[in-house]
Amino acid sequence: MTTALASPYAAEYQTIASGLPGQELPWLAALRSEALEKFSEQGFPSLRQEEWRYTNVSAIEKKLFSPAATVAGRSIDKAWLKLYQIQDAWSVVLVDGHFSAELSDLDELPENVLIMGMTEALIKQSETLEKYINKAVNAEEHGFIAFNTAWFTDGLFVQVAAKQVLAKPIQVMHLSTKPEVLTATRTVIVIDQMAEANIIETFVGLDNAYLSAAVAEVFVGQNADLTLYKTQFESEKAYHFSGTYVKQERDARFTHHNFALGGLLARSDLHTELGQASECELNGLYLGVKRQHIDNHTRINHLKPHGISRELYKGVLDDRARGVFQGRVIVAEDAQKTDSQMNNRNLLLSSDAEADSKPQLEIYADDVKCGHGVTVGQLDEKSIFYLQSRCVDEEIARNMLTFAFANEMVDKIKIKELHDMILEQVLTRFPQEGVNKEWL
Amino acid sequence: MLSIKNLHVSVGDKPILKGINLEINDGEIHAIMGPNGSGKSTLSHILSGKSGYTVTEGSVTYQGKDLLEMPPEIRAREGVFLAFQYPVEIPGVSNIYLLKAALNSIRKHHGQSEVDAMDFLTLVKGKVRLLEMDEKFLYRAVNEGFSGGEKKRNEILQMAILEPKLCILDETDSGLDIDALKIVSEGVNSLRSPDRSFVMVTHYQRLLDYIKPDFVHVLANGQIVKSGGAELALELEEKGYSWLEDAQAAA
Repeated sequence: MTTALASPYAAEYQTIASGLPGQELPWLAALRSEALEKFSEQGFPSLRQEEWRYTNVSAIEKKLFSPAATVAGRSIDKAWLKLYQIQDAWSVVLVDGHFSAELSDLDELPENVLIMGMTEALIKQSETLEKYINKAVNAEEHGFIAFNTAWFTDGLFVQVAAKQVLAKPIQVMHLSTKPEVLTATRTVIVIDQMAEANIIETFVGLDNAYLSAAVAEVFVGQNADLTLYKTQFESEKAYHFSGTYVKQERDARFTHHNFALGGLLARSDLHTELGQASECELNGLYLGVKRQHIDNHTRINHLKPHGISRELYKGVLDDRARGVFQGRVIVAEDAQKTDSQMNNRNLLLSSDAEADSKPQLEIYADDVKCGHGVTVGQLDEKSIFYLQSRCVDEEIARNMLTFAFANEMVDKIKIKELHDMILEQVLTRFPQEGVNKEWL
Repeated sequence: MLSIKNLHVSVGDKPILKGINLEINDGEIHAIMGPNGSGKSTLSHILSGKSGYTVTEGSVTYQGKDLLEMPPEIRAREGVFLAFQYPVEIPGVSNIYLLKAALNSIRKHHGQSEVDAMDFLTLVKGKVRLLEMDEKFLYRAVNEGFSGGEKKRNEILQMAILEPKLCILDETDSGLDIDALKIVSEGVNSLRSPDRSFVMVTHYQRLLDYIKPDFVHVLANGQIVKSGGAELALELEEKGYSWLEDAQAAA
């Protein structure tokens, strides 16, 4: 544990602590100091931890990414922002970990809906937040969670009151604009019973090395419905961690779409706990090129009977990229009649690319229907010939099939503007010559 | 149109075709029949350019050019169309996308501009009606989740839109019920023209009740053992293939 104690982050903490929001709240001060202590002990996760065995984050520890003191809203290039922003949405823009009122748009919010930056929420909604912060995460789990709890500078708070159905999506932009910046944001999303919402989390940064370390805690109430999109388009030099921890009450429905395209080293945690007869659908697409390392970790915890979970993660890996999928499904003794299906499919486009896949089923109930499947492979030669026999060049046929493999996940996006934005990013970051999106 | 001379083809060390000779003129329909394992599918594969086969002897000339030298996509753009015995499912690529990509490749190959979007849609929808298909088919992924009959119909739809010169139908009637067979046959018959030729590879005589061939050839053990007119198919239905195989063995 001596390496962790030597973490330059823990040493630097005292110099930034006084600037963090919520200092005046005793409960938060206590959480932060506990988290700091935990992080000082644990450090960032190590390869010795089973759920981190494929992903080495020691490079982060060797550098020192520091939080930005203030928001730099004015310097943001609006045209750049627009590439990633949905126009028909309420938007919250966080720049280097600070809420920007100037760039955010929260006009005409319906009654019973709260959307605000975390700093503001800690002032106006501290009693509510006390009930939710650190309640969906397991603080013991790994160092990034404690790190975020101690370090977060701002974030997002959303609460949709019972029966409220949001007419348009909420988009939160996590922007990292400065070299060596630490962007640590904390998000709390509360969807009360029978309410429905679509929320988009977008991570994007300028072409710098930086660390984005976000944690979101999500509470989906009884019979409520939440679709959460994560679009991760970080810079090619960036380090990215984001953990989303979800609690679903009885009959709650949760759908997650995870597009992991960016980052030099990117890790995503998505854990959900299902109550009685609740349902979740987890979709993921990771595209790795050059030397990218993209790790997706999911955990579906069926706690009560009649839960349904569906999971499909697809990876396309080229050059020397490495993709990791670890999916754990746990069915508790009490969770009879659980129906769970998990699939991970990988397409390797280069002999130097690597896919590591580790699906795990842990079943403690005896009357359940659970399955999982993994494939790692190359393009199907029969399909290539079929396209060639329909006049398509071999190289374009390969590109079409690669694109089609990925496009299955893009096509699941029902919000047209978001669908088009993601498609554009997929084709920009992963250009497939000869694939004409105008024809799609 | 097509001239096959003394064609010998092997898979690995195993000879499959052992000296095929076949002349196909513009506008003719040739049926290639024969028992399982006679080399029928190999012949259609070798004409369309599938890899995995070695030509050890002989030649195939298509419109005066060496067909075997061309990669599969060039053959297709030059007008050779294979309707697959087992059409491949391509999730994520819609039928309409593939049709447009294919048609524009052919146009580009002939120095023409891309097809106008409205003209294309009119053309495609007309052909969809001809084959009694639902327009929704166009927006579904190529062959994904299609029934056997739908897949075969989709092959003929592609053929109708791409307007090839040499159509190779590989066991198109296998797995079709009589209603689907009638629709597919009508589709094929509507494409008959003086400058378009057909090679129908089939195990069953039934298809030839609906698409009347000019010539019937019997392939057995890698060679054409008998050729004749449409009446040969009826004789085969009555007598089976064994009398021809026996004759071949005796010779």
